[in-house]
Amino acid sequence: MPKILSIIIYNMKKVGNHTSISRILLFCLAVSLTFSLPSFAQDAPAAAPAAAAPAAEAAAPAAAGDPVKGKELFNANCASCHKLDAASTGPKLRGVAEKHDKQWLYKWIHNSSEMIKSGDAAAVKLFNENNKVTMTAFPQLSEADIDNILAYTSAPAPVVENKPGPVASASGSGVSETIILGALILVLAVLIVMLVLVNRTLKRVAAANGVVVPVKEPGVSVWKAYAKNQFLVLVTAILLLLASSYYLYGWLMQVGVDQNYQPVQPIHFSHKIHAGDNGIDCKYCHSAARVSKNSGIPSLNVCMNCHKNIAEFAGDKDSVYDHSKEFYTGEIKKLYTAVGWDGATQKYTGKTAPVKWVRIHNLPDFVYFNHSQHVSVAGVECQKCHGPVETFEVMKQFSPLTMGWCVNCHRETDVKVEGNAYYTKIHDELAKKFGKQKLTAADMGATECGKCHY
Amino acid sequence: MASNKKYWQSVEELNENSPIVETLRNNEFAEEIPVDEFLGDKEALSNSSTSRRDFLKFVGFSTAAASLAACQGPVIKSIPYVVQPEEIIPGVWDYYATTMADGFDFANILVKTREGRPIKVEANKLAGAKFSANGRVHASVLSLYDSLRLKQPLVDSKPATWTTVDAKVAKGLAEAAAGGGQVVVLTGTVASPSTEKLIAEFGAKYGANFKHVVYDAVSSSEALDAYQQVYGERALADYDFGKADVILAVGADFLGDWQGGGFDGGYAQNRIPKKTATKTYMSKHIQIESNMTLSGANADKRIPLTVTEQKYAVVKIFNIVTGSSVPVPAVNKAYEQEVIKAAEQLSKAGTRGVFVTGLDDVNAQLLAFAINQKLASEAFNPGAPRYVRKGDAKAVKQLVADMKAGAVHTLILNNVNPVYTLPNGAEFAEVLKKVKLSVSFTLRNDETAKHTTVAAAAPHYLESWGDVSVAKGYYAVTQPTIRPLFDTKQFQDALLSWSGNTTPYYDYLKAVAATAVAGKTWNQLVHDGVAVSEVAPTTATGAADFSGAAATLASAKAVNGTLELVLYTKTGLGDGQQANNPWLQEFPDPITRTSWDNYITVSKADAEALGLENWNVANGGLNGSVVTVTVNGVELKDVPVIIQPGQAKGTAGLALGYGRAEGMKAEMVVGVNAYTLYNNFNSFQNVKLTKQAGEHEFACVQLQKTLMGRGDIVKETTLADFGAKSPAEWNEMPQVSYDHQEVPAASIDLWESFDRSTGHHFNLSIDLNACTGCGACVIACHAENNVPVVGKSEIRRSRDMHWLRIDRYYSSEETFKGDVEKKDAAHGLMNSIDTFTSMEDPSENPQVVFQPVMCQHCNHAPCETVCPVAATSHGRQGQNHMAYNRCVGTRYCANNCPYKVRRFNWFLYNNNKDFDFNMNDDLGRMVLNPDVVVRSRGVMEKCSFCIQATQAVILQAKRDGRVVGKDEFNDACACSAACSSGAMVFGDVNNAEDPITRLKEDDRAYHLLDHIGTKPNVFYHVKVRNT
Repeated sequence: MPKILSIIIYNMKKVGNHTSISRILLFCLAVSLTFSLPSFAQDAPAAAPAAAAPAAEAAAPAAAGDPVKGKELFNANCASCHKLDAASTGPKLRGVAEKHDKQWLYKWIHNSSEMIKSGDAAAVKLFNENNKVTMTAFPQLSEADIDNILAYTSAPAPVVENKPGPVASASGSGVSETIILGALILVLAVLIVMLVLVNRTLKRVAAANGVVVPVKEPGVSVWKAYAKNQFLVLVTAILLLLASSYYLYGWLMQVGVDQNYQPVQPIHFSHKIHAGDNGIDCKYCHSAARVSKNSGIPSLNVCMNCHKNIAEFAGDKDSVYDHSKEFYTGEIKKLYTAVGWDGATQKYTGKTAPVKWVRIHNLPDFVYFNHSQHVSVAGVECQKCHGPVETFEVMKQFSPLTMGWCVNCHRETDVKVEGNAYYTKIHDELAKKFGKQKLTAADMGATECGKCHY
Repeated sequence: MASNKKYWQSVEELNENSPIVETLRNNEFAEEIPVDEFLGDKEALSNSSTSRRDFLKFVGFSTAAASLAACQGPVIKSIPYVVQPEEIIPGVWDYYATTMADGFDFANILVKTREGRPIKVEANKLAGAKFSANGRVHASVLSLYDSLRLKQPLVDSKPATWTTVDAKVAKGLAEAAAGGGQVVVLTGTVASPSTEKLIAEFGAKYGANFKHVVYDAVSSSEALDAYQQVYGERALADYDFGKADVILAVGADFLGDWQGGGFDGGYAQNRIPKKTATKTYMSKHIQIESNMTLSGANADKRIPLTVTEQKYAVVKIFNIVTGSSVPVPAVNKAYEQEVIKAAEQLSKAGTRGVFVTGLDDVNAQLLAFAINQKLASEAFNPGAPRYVRKGDAKAVKQLVADMKAGAVHTLILNNVNPVYTLPNGAEFAEVLKKVKLSVSFTLRNDETAKHTTVAAAAPHYLESWGDVSVAKGYYAVTQPTIRPLFDTKQFQDALLSWSGNTTPYYDYLKAVAATAVAGKTWNQLVHDGVAVSEVAPTTATGAADFSGAAATLASAKAVNGTLELVLYTKTGLGDGQQANNPWLQEFPDPITRTSWDNYITVSKADAEALGLENWNVANGGLNGSVVTVTVNGVELKDVPVIIQPGQAKGTAGLALGYGRAEGMKAEMVVGVNAYTLYNNFNSFQNVKLTKQAGEHEFACVQLQKTLMGRGDIVKETTLADFGAKSPAEWNEMPQVSYDHQEVPAASIDLWESFDRSTGHHFNLSIDLNACTGCGACVIACHAENNVPVVGKSEIRRSRDMHWLRIDRYYSSEETFKGDVEKKDAAHGLMNSIDTFTSMEDPSENPQVVFQPVMCQHCNHAPCETVCPVAATSHGRQGQNHMAYNRCVGTRYCANNCPYKVRRFNWFLYNNNKDFDFNMNDDLGRMVLNPDVVVRSRGVMEKCSFCIQATQAVILQAKRDGRVVGKDEFNDACACSAACSSGAMVFGDVNNAEDPITRLKEDDRAYHLLDHIGTKPNVFYHVKVRNT
């Protein structure tokens, strides 16, 4: 920064005949440069997130059990039906060791249906309390394994702390930015003052040395000179006209292009959490994309494949979320209302209220687009058109979806012909015709009007 | 230079004394502008709360607001299923095999559904599928979405619930059982084993007081009687015209609706000429008839006779074939020898001959059996009879008499509309009042349902379960393809509950199917839609007195001073059940090319005698005289006349099925009700025509009748020439001059041609020998491509939207060959003018040819070069693309198209109240194909070779990682898939295995207008006549 300023000062010093306009312009440039610099400063490593205190799992380990191994076993075997602190398909398991005798539990876990058949009172009661769903038998779990699991389930529930939420941390970083900004402004102000001082000193020195600063002759003002030069006026007018039509064209071309369209949806569905954090494959939910022209908005029964068990937002402690835990859990509750799921009784009520999503990608009627052609045949990644959806907290239209955009891709993308018997003959023929091994979609005829418009 | 011309300001100046001229000279306006009225009253002005400034503000604001609002795109909601059914993937279609049986049309079909909506009917091509879909069957999917269907049951014409109906019927039936009178079930032909069983079970309770009367609106009663007499069963003999070398038909339009129709597939097989090293071969078809029918139009030899003469002809043929000598008067001076020759040819053909007749006379029908038995005809198959007509005219008459006598207590009607279809319909409505309880199961609140106690809303066949036995040994299942749209109940379900049976009809049906079909599980049966089982053939049981029948037939006498009227059913509307279907109303009749009407057809000679005329008017419409038709004192007024070439002198024709008024949209109420003349269920009536004042405006899509000797448009040859001469003689390639040399037109290119040897290259082959002109392709194309219906007045302006039309040409001489010779013989100016003027008129008994024409997808398309915005362009797969969104509607392309196949959207047909057809109501829109865009106003459209379907086939192959199979493209294209005669074949000429490749190399292949060098991708096969 100082270097730039010194250059400016040097320039001002050497070329004394500049008009005041050029000085102003230079000054503006300097100021704009100064203010654009802080953006580079943001590359500095962000403040490390405050390390969250690890959950106090060590407390009160059950006799001879290893809660760490227990957690692994729990997640592998039990978690699909049980939760620690909430009822799921089966009852909640925290503190289960205190409710039943250990030997009883071994027997139950190894073969619960036998116990129910034999008429064990506690077993029958448990069975009846839980919608008469038979628990899968786990004969493969040794007693030591069960001990480990019980040790894990006996750990006390973590105390809910008022941890600073993601909003708080965001505001924290806001404070530091303001400080940096403030400091920069201060430095700038000091520099300006210095500039004025230096200028004054130089004038004084000049006066003392007898250097006569030539008095400006009152010439014709630049504006008047410009107005007199008709050629210049004409050129400027043409340039202005060209520039404005360029921008007008640009503006007109974006009419009806809804790139970055990001409507508010009835349920806040985070692709970031589902596809990003949890790594769910796009086509798990959008399965129709493999065989249909539509990608298919998943029906709610697809959501319930997982959300039957995931009733509340747990989150990953290493990630930062846009909203609070309660917010996300509330959105899951919206799903339950829509699909008619009663979490308490673990049953469908039959009262449904279909979700009215706002459609984001709207192709006009006169365009035929088929997902399966691109997804199944061409093997195009969903992200190629839809962008890094796995990072989107709120879904938006990533691509412009204009014809130029489509056609460009058809011109640049090679057709995936390997291992597809359909292409064998046509590829050989076209390869010979065009004299190249790799064929683009356009070579195959994918830029003809009738391929998409009918 | 000063001009002394006088400029006129208005015609009023002609009148010297006109006060207007004087006034205008002095004032700007002829009348005083009432300014004072609204500005004069200062007080009112000042009291007004809206000042001029306010007004301008409002205008400014609303303009700004409107333009701002216009910038905002609409928010579109997308609502997925809560629980998605397993078999439905949005965007992917499903097919369900089912069977249509509405008592008139029967067909084994596949129904294409999208997101649970049936959108198209396709032919079921599994072995055992007997009846292919005709135009009406293809259109039936639109009748499902008819907004005027009955939406809930009505009791005494007021909306009611099914509980009320059930209670009312239970009470009525109890009364009847307690001795109140007869319980009668009146149905159309059901042909359903389960329903027949059910009706019998229902009636058992009432003993002798119960009757099941079967009533066909268009009767085949006499033919059924004849079959019953000889074979002991109420059914119709079946015929396979593919096994006949000589077909002699008397008054039987077997390519139309004769005895249930569906004979065209077999017929066409043998009409395609085959050439082997030793002989050339095709069947010979001789048609004797009064009206010009599809069968007559396709015949090699057509003999126009009156009905009485036809009866003589049948006896004559019987005499010649069986060697009898029943005395019979001479048939007709002009055609006597022709009839004898035809009979001799039939006799000579022996087992390879077949005789059919459509005369509504039991004696004629008996003689048909005698003749075929004598010939031992292979095509005649009485052993496995058809069950598609079972109506009993006598029983219906008895029922009306019983009702009149007050003997009927309860009448349950299913799928019949006797008030409309009976000649004495008004009387039926009257005697219906004497019936205590009448229930009509009906799709719409029709003429009969208006008069019954209960109008029971019935589901469409696409919403119902059912079974059909169309012929002996054939069993087919009807399955629902959509949930019932309205609060409807099936006749069978209601009958079950009224007979105290709690089994749902579905279970009942399953049990019946299990006994009817061996070796197929229920699931397999529903999947296939059809099952065929081996059953012992029916054999002749009763002996009939054929000579006696012949003698009775020969004693028929023509009534002097009358014309002989032959009532017939049109290819479009049939018996009129689907009269509210706009696709069928707009379908141009294959023979007269007239839509939206029925009319009386008369011969030119009779027309001249009666002073009847047809003429063309300035806007391109056809007008005609109007007559009053009188039969037995019954008058039918305002019947328009069409002069029909080929109509036998002394006869007239009139189509049934029109003139319905109840439960119909106003636009569909067209034509006259000919059922009022259908006395004794006989299609033959003696009739008097009286010319009325006034004229009728037809919606005719083809005004030119003849080919004017242009033998290069429809190329024709005889079987003899086809066999003996080289193709160059009868399928001549036109020559053009190039560098002062005569060269074949196809060898010249104005442009560099694309290389089409790679990938797919689509071609469509149309065999003029196999095409019967039935028009199933026209309707199938309509359904597949969302073609709009434009209505009668627009059709009159030649603004029809059909992507595919079937041109019909008559010969001006006796034959088309004669036309060509006459044209070639024309010389000099005066002679040429005379010749060509006379050639505009068709012959009295012309030859007829059908030529389906759609976009020819020219490789050098004249339309493409003239489009100013490049909206139409060529694809390398041979298709001529049309980008609707690019089209600006200059119509230059349509102008430049030599085949006149481009259609312009003059209006926004899908959102314009003036076109109140299916595209303008929410229900009717459900039939639209989601893969094809609905075009908007101001754009051109045309046949696309069903590019959406060919692309889907290619995509499926790509996804499966295989090459496209040989018939896949043919079954994808709507017209070729719908063609049951095999006349249209679509495919990829770059695939050596595809049948199209062989057809393209055939000697008979030629292009339309080859000499203009458009190089079309549609080619035709020279028509060969077996003369």
